[in-house]
Amino acid sequence: MLAESLFFSAVLFTVGVVGVLTRRNAIIIFMCVELMLNAVNLSFVAFAQVYGASGQVFVFFVMTVAAAEAAVGLAIIIALFRHRHTVNLSNINLLKG
Amino acid sequence: MMLLPHEAMLAASQLAAPAAHPLDGTVAGYVWLLPLLPLLGFLANGLLSVTSAAHFGPADPGAGHGPAHPSSPAPHAPSDHGAAGDDHHAVARHRHASLVSLIGPGVLVVAFGLALAIFFAMQGAGEMKAPFIQRYFSWMPVGDLNIDVAFQLDQLSMLMVLIITGVGMLILLFSVGYMRDDPGYPRYFAYLNLFVFFMLVLVLGSSYPLMFIGWEGVGLCSYLLIGFWFSEKANADAGKKAFIVNRIGDFGFLVAMFMMFANFGALDFTGVAAGASQLGLGSVLVTAICLFLFLGCAGKSAQIPLYVWLPDAMAGPTPVSALIHAATMVTAGVYLIARSNILFSLAPVACLVVVLIGALTAIFAASIGLKQWDIKKVLAYSTVSQLGYMFMGVGSGAYAAGMFHLMTHAFFKALLFLGSGSVIYAMHAAYHHTGSHDDAQDMRNMGGMRKYMPITWGLMWIATLAISGIPPFAGFFSKDEILGAVHARHAGSTLDGASLLGVPGGAIMMFCYVLGLAAAFMTAVYMTRMMLYTFHGPNRTGDRERDHLHEAPWIMTGPLVVLGALSAVGGWFNLPSFFPAGRVGALEHWLDPVVGDGALRFTNGAPVEVPASTEYLLVGIAIAIAVAGIALAFVRLKPATLVPKTDAPAEHGFERVLANKYFVDEIYDATIVEPVVATSRGLLWRGIDVGLIDGFTRLLIQSKDDDSAPGSSVQMGGLLTRAVGLVGSTLQSGRVGTYAWVLVVGMLFVLGAFTFR
Repeated sequence: MLAESLFFSAVLFTVGVVGVLTRRNAIIIFMCVELMLNAVNLSFVAFAQVYGASGQVFVFFVMTVAAAEAAVGLAIIIALFRHRHTVNLSNINLLKG
Repeated sequence: MMLLPHEAMLAASQLAAPAAHPLDGTVAGYVWLLPLLPLLGFLANGLLSVTSAAHFGPADPGAGHGPAHPSSPAPHAPSDHGAAGDDHHAVARHRHASLVSLIGPGVLVVAFGLALAIFFAMQGAGEMKAPFIQRYFSWMPVGDLNIDVAFQLDQLSMLMVLIITGVGMLILLFSVGYMRDDPGYPRYFAYLNLFVFFMLVLVLGSSYPLMFIGWEGVGLCSYLLIGFWFSEKANADAGKKAFIVNRIGDFGFLVAMFMMFANFGALDFTGVAAGASQLGLGSVLVTAICLFLFLGCAGKSAQIPLYVWLPDAMAGPTPVSALIHAATMVTAGVYLIARSNILFSLAPVACLVVVLIGALTAIFAASIGLKQWDIKKVLAYSTVSQLGYMFMGVGSGAYAAGMFHLMTHAFFKALLFLGSGSVIYAMHAAYHHTGSHDDAQDMRNMGGMRKYMPITWGLMWIATLAISGIPPFAGFFSKDEILGAVHARHAGSTLDGASLLGVPGGAIMMFCYVLGLAAAFMTAVYMTRMMLYTFHGPNRTGDRERDHLHEAPWIMTGPLVVLGALSAVGGWFNLPSFFPAGRVGALEHWLDPVVGDGALRFTNGAPVEVPASTEYLLVGIAIAIAVAGIALAFVRLKPATLVPKTDAPAEHGFERVLANKYFVDEIYDATIVEPVVATSRGLLWRGIDVGLIDGFTRLLIQSKDDDSAPGSSVQMGGLLTRAVGLVGSTLQSGRVGTYAWVLVVGMLFVLGAFTFR
């Protein structure tokens, strides 16, 4: 069971990484980051079945951080949209050296 | 489930073989099908919604490519939307719509049939003391915590399942007519199916966490459906308001669950009841748990102080108001208290709070209902008020009475909402015909609808008499039973023995009884007012529009007729002893195995004995008050003098306070919302962000232009910043994609270095 769960987690994580690398819509990239976080959560839970509950506790930390990150991230995206009328990241490149 | 080690799977399968139960081997074993059916309906309709988005017009009208939604929260005529004139889209849309109309209500018809079959199996099984629990798999095995996904079938959950699937089926059938021309038709049914799924999980779950899943799920669907026409900002805001206000209540529910687990070591209903029974009457722990649970109820079931979301929730389609915001979801709090009856029976102080809040809500909301002009707002405040009655019932330990009112209310309030939906449908169609933009929900624009919609008129009068408490309609029996129970327990009960903030419990119960009577009087007044202004007197819709007013199609009036019949005879489910026109107390007897022990504890183990003379007096008072309310409305209100909304004068004095809902929204805004916004803006943004962080950065940048003191530490800092910046700025291309690639390559490099070192 552990192997299957870890495999599933790896697949989810890869989907998330590929999404972040290939997509240009900020919201989709944001969702892919969430997917990666949850893939990690999944492996934490899977390990917790074998090595005790501390993995599950860690999942709650990840969820809390993810919730905070979602609040800040979405706020930034909304502010961005209001300002630029787009959430396409290829068009948002003012901050550069 | 995937993650379970084999031991836990084995343990779960051992648990799945319970002791012999009268329902073993009957159709009750298929209880899992009940929630599964609407879930499948959700998946099918959701899929149709996604695939048909092209035919039904854009799913996101805010995206700006396609025709805009008409803004009125009422059905749209076909010419308003869609890729107009395109035959291919029209045909595909029609085919999709037929499939959706088949699946959406269809799954509920099947589920209701199954629920009936299980109900008859339960009746055939004879006396059923223990609940029928089906375990499916272990959900959260962590340390001492072990939560199964298990469904619990007993008399209480069966009653709720019948209400949800039965009333839900009728409302979904009505929706087929009401929402037919809406561009979001498949999405609408997908959400409603999902709602029924979560609602069934809520009432069938055998533990608090599983119930909480349903609790949150229905909240989500409520949010989605309130904001169904989300392109209008007010509707989207109403959805957000409902969601956020409910979070406050959910906080209470969660804390209560934490306390249960910490002290009883269990979260399933049986385990918690067993743990609570070890505690003494009125212990601090159980009182705290009950109060936190009630905070959850106040959120979900719209009680003071968290009721403010429900009137705004009327922004959703009217059948949604009927199903979610009147008949089922908002009664979840009443169900929760009835389900936790063992806990509440041990906490008289918490019960006094429940009764008091219920009574205050009942009269407060009823008084607001007296001066509302929007027909749905009248019904919304009426719902809040009636929910207050239900809490008076379950709070005073009369669980059967509370659940009885929940059931009759589901009948007549669903009928009232669907009837008002029928009226709004007619009004909207008439305004649409002439291109008018008047308010289709304002009663000042209605009047005399009786002539155009006689069926709706007759059925709504049945519901009005039922909610006002006129015998022999359903509401009379249930409301009378609650008021009788509150009155009976003002002496000789555990509630009488307790006290709240120094006020003796007996006095509070008597006070609540009087409030309940006053609210019953107001109920009769505002309901009659609504009927008079909507259906009687001259018509104020407009001369051109008048010709287009007509009765809704049969797919809409059919469910109304069924609900009308139930509102008329619903009282027969639980007849009082003074009116033995059938089996007396059938529902009370049915619920006895679940709530009987808890209810008896309120009266110290003795059944409630009320002298016949007192009972006749109470019933007489109740009927007199209802009749007086209706009579007062007929005498005082003159629909003939009413003018359309646009010409109406402003209200003055106390009328203005009532019309503005006691300014509660404004008070909440000033005391809670504004300070939070001001803190964010003034302190966090202008103070910390702009003042502190930006100020510090500005200090660093300024130092490079400071040529007055060469070689000083400040200037060295500036040079260093510039040197680092030169390297950094070449890497900083401004393209986020490049950063992500660099990050991933770097991560792979580090991982590789660890793996192959």
